[in-house]
Amino acid sequence: MSINATLIGQMITFTLLVWFTMKYIWPPLIGAIEERKSKIAEGLAAAEKGQEEMELAAKNAANVLKEAKQQSADIVNLAQKRANEIVEESKGTAKTEGERLLVAAQAQIEQEMQNAQEKMRKEVSALALKAAGQILQQEIDKAKHKNLISKVSEQLGQA
Amino acid sequence: MATEAHAAEGATGYIVHHLTPLSVGEGFWALHLDTLFFSAVLGALFVWFFKGAAEKATVGVPSTSQAFVEMIIEFVDQQVKDSFHGKSELIAPLALTIFIWVFLWNFMDLFPVDIIPGIAGMMGMEYMRVVPSTDLNATFALSISVFGLIIFYSIKIKGVVGFAKELTCTPFGPWMMPFNLLLKLVEEIAKPISLALRLFGNLYAGELIFILIALLPWYIQPLLGFPWAVFHILIITLQAFIFMVLTVVYLSMAHEDH
Repeated sequence: MSINATLIGQMITFTLLVWFTMKYIWPPLIGAIEERKSKIAEGLAAAEKGQEEMELAAKNAANVLKEAKQQSADIVNLAQKRANEIVEESKGTAKTEGERLLVAAQAQIEQEMQNAQEKMRKEVSALALKAAGQILQQEIDKAKHKNLISKVSEQLGQA
Repeated sequence: MATEAHAAEGATGYIVHHLTPLSVGEGFWALHLDTLFFSAVLGALFVWFFKGAAEKATVGVPSTSQAFVEMIIEFVDQQVKDSFHGKSELIAPLALTIFIWVFLWNFMDLFPVDIIPGIAGMMGMEYMRVVPSTDLNATFALSISVFGLIIFYSIKIKGVVGFAKELTCTPFGPWMMPFNLLLKLVEEIAKPISLALRLFGNLYAGELIFILIALLPWYIQPLLGFPWAVFHILIITLQAFIFMVLTVVYLSMAHEDH
């Protein structure tokens, strides 16, 4: 029970233990703890920031999508309008072309009719001359009665 | 063992035998070998385990032992931060050392009272007292070291004059100088004495009760021994905690300038 030199021995042991703890045990452990704490805090902050950024991105995406939708609707409208225009235009063109073709055809018909008439006139006049010749035989001199023949020919042409 | 000892020397003899340290030398220069041995072994155990964790300490995911050690470190650090507001490289490691070392001392109390003395007896050692905190030398060694630190920091922070002034001029002013000094001396000296005696008293009494339970018939022993041991788990932790916290509080008082 008495106090004796054990006290001194214990004090020496205690001093050594405290010194060792202070030098080799406490600093690395508390350092690791503090560093981990700050890392966790950083991680949490980063996560929060990431979430905010994500929300912002989602908002942006929604905006972009809305805009794109609007744009596509515009484009569709424009295309429809343009298509209508093209249809109208081609309708117009076709009509004009048709008319033009019609006119050309009519002109050609007319031309050919004239040609035919001319040909017929000539043939008829030749035929008439031939017939008249056969009837009159040599009574009519082509040179003498040139005037008369052309007059008859003209009259045939007018008929 | 219990019955043999009981038969040979009587109940008193058994108790006295268990509470007598293994010592060499005479008078003041006697050494309690059991106290020195067990506290050194326990100190080595503490240093070995914590040093192992400190060496493998990583900022990433900690291993189980590191997590355990970190838990204790954070607990001690929190206690120190709560009561001590200055900056000191020494106080937190000091508190940790006291907490763990005293806890391990006290933990020896949970070994059945006859096991280690029995083994020692077979090895020819007549006496063996395994709980270092039941030795006044051990508890006073701690508290006197702490007291030395209190005086050291008081003088370091406040200066010799400041400390002398605090001893003589508070709490009643310079006109009551001798009375103040008397009060202050009692206050200061009470610190190490109360620290040491509180720990010693609690553990000595606890050990005594274990010894008394060991004297009872075997069929009653577990009935009393088990609850007392469970209760003692609380006591040994609490006493280590109290010693640590009071040390930190006393040292923070030494750091404060009035």
